[in-house]
Amino acid sequence: MSAIDVFGESSAPVTVALETRRRQGVLRRMPLEAKIGAAILIVLFLAGVLAPVIAPYGQNQLDFANIFSAPSGNHLFGTDGAGRDVFSRTLYALRLDLGVVLAVTYPPLIVGVLVGAVAGYFGGLIDAVIARIIDTMIAFPFMVLVIAVIAIVGPGIKGVLIGVPIVAWALYARLARSEMLVLREQQFMLATIALGYTRRRAILRHAVPNLLRSSLIYSTLDMVVNLLLLASLAYLGLGAQPPNAELGSIIADGQSTLLSAWWIATLPGLVVVLFGVGAGLLGDGISDGRLRGRLQ
Amino acid sequence: MLSYLIRRVVLALVVLFGLLVATFFIIHLVPGDPVEIVLGGHASPAQVARVRHELGLDRPLLSQFWLYVSRMVQGHFGTSFTLDSPVGQIIGQRLGASAALIGYGMLLSVLLGVPLAIVAALRPNRWMDKSIRVGTTLTFAMPAFWLGLMLALIFGLELGWLPVAGYSGGVGGILRTLTLPALALGLALTGVVVRTLRSSLLEVLQTEYIEAARSRGLSELRVVGKHALRNSVMNTLTILSVNVGFLIGGTVVIEQVFQIPGLGSLLVEAVEKRDYQLVQTLALLAGSAVVLASLAADLVQATLDPRVRLAGR
Repeated sequence: MSAIDVFGESSAPVTVALETRRRQGVLRRMPLEAKIGAAILIVLFLAGVLAPVIAPYGQNQLDFANIFSAPSGNHLFGTDGAGRDVFSRTLYALRLDLGVVLAVTYPPLIVGVLVGAVAGYFGGLIDAVIARIIDTMIAFPFMVLVIAVIAIVGPGIKGVLIGVPIVAWALYARLARSEMLVLREQQFMLATIALGYTRRRAILRHAVPNLLRSSLIYSTLDMVVNLLLLASLAYLGLGAQPPNAELGSIIADGQSTLLSAWWIATLPGLVVVLFGVGAGLLGDGISDGRLRGRLQ
Repeated sequence: MLSYLIRRVVLALVVLFGLLVATFFIIHLVPGDPVEIVLGGHASPAQVARVRHELGLDRPLLSQFWLYVSRMVQGHFGTSFTLDSPVGQIIGQRLGASAALIGYGMLLSVLLGVPLAIVAALRPNRWMDKSIRVGTTLTFAMPAFWLGLMLALIFGLELGWLPVAGYSGGVGGILRTLTLPALALGLALTGVVVRTLRSSLLEVLQTEYIEAARSRGLSELRVVGKHALRNSVMNTLTILSVNVGFLIGGTVVIEQVFQIPGLGSLLVEAVEKRDYQLVQTLALLAGSAVVLASLAADLVQATLDPRVRLAGR
């Protein structure tokens, strides 16, 4: 894949069967950085959801009396060359972008975990075939593949909605598969055989809940990667088409006036960074929790 | 070693075949008639038929695929309709800038990442480690094109140190024109290098031979810098090879920001002009580059580290 591979192919299999007592009081046991991260994400998602309510101006409300005005109390992020309020446009862009990010992150997660679980559980030919398909999907530079899909279906969000899931499931499948290889040898999984449970029950009820954890941790990173991809495509003019505001397209609009009106390109970019920092803190925090659990 | 080599090469070939299949279908999945789209609507039926024949699109699917595979393997990439010259030639002209950008970006991420990882691993969870962690979280969260714009704003437009657009070859030209783009491309990767190398260093530092080195009274810098780092080189190599695809994707955007005439900007042009043959070839090339990079990294690793090549036994 071409998004950053943090786990790497060399990552050690994660010890899974975690004690159940840690289930209680997840929030209380969350490290501080994870709480901060979660708070940032909640604020940004709320800002997106509530954009029509809280945005002071419409996303395409023109005001030629106030073009290129610097950030101020009236216009937090300033205005652009058509007098549009950059802050309001950023809120609407968040609404669109974060919605798409959720839609291309979590459905592939579910598919990937299931596929990986099946491959790891059964092994043999099924596993070999699935593993090769995963390799092929990951070998494609993510960005190039999504652009190729856009070449087929035309510019717009549709290309992202189709292109990203084609690859994204494979990352989760690889993660889940490598964990499943360890998991299936563990006593509680062997016990499902001894108890005569169906394979379906063994996989869905007993293995998958354990596999979800690291996939969910990875998904915080994946959301960042997908948001960056979305912004990049919008920047290239291959994302949502005008008049819809997207974070990348607002930044692209500001490129030509970078010196005279720095705020148009700079401030929406900072919002993207804020999202990434929030997701990074959350991901780090919950994976540290896992490490601590292991060392106890 | 030989059996590992054969197994690894066969795996790479299987994936390459998968890439051929995937890219082959690009032109077939286009809604409507790709030939009419390529020719722009006002072409005569005879013209359409001729082009369709040239592209082999009038044959059965399987024989088309065979034609596609044999052409691609031999390096006959066809002719670009929009640019009216052989695809191979166009790519040849544009390859240099992209390769230099990727190589330079990788180099920067190693030059910045390795020292930072050592500093972080020397005193884990102290303030240096924590600030480096914050820094890597930040660079990872930045959109590469936005970071590029900010670098251009600060070092190009405000300070006037470096040009903000264009490309020229040669070492001097590359240093002048590609430093900002390579930084924008490499900084996100730097974060990944730092994090992975840091955790692998910390792991190595727990081992007995490091304890032995320490008990011999070697300085901490020497223990980490020499004994531990040597064991972590492989991890860095793996990170870099795994992220070749990420860098290739990044060049698409960065080349646009700094107006570098490379393969990334060519891909965007090809998509805008609906030049499917060009898109197909570029996608295949990009995928192959990733497969070959990871193959090369694995083989280097197997040569240097006997544990890898013997693992499968």
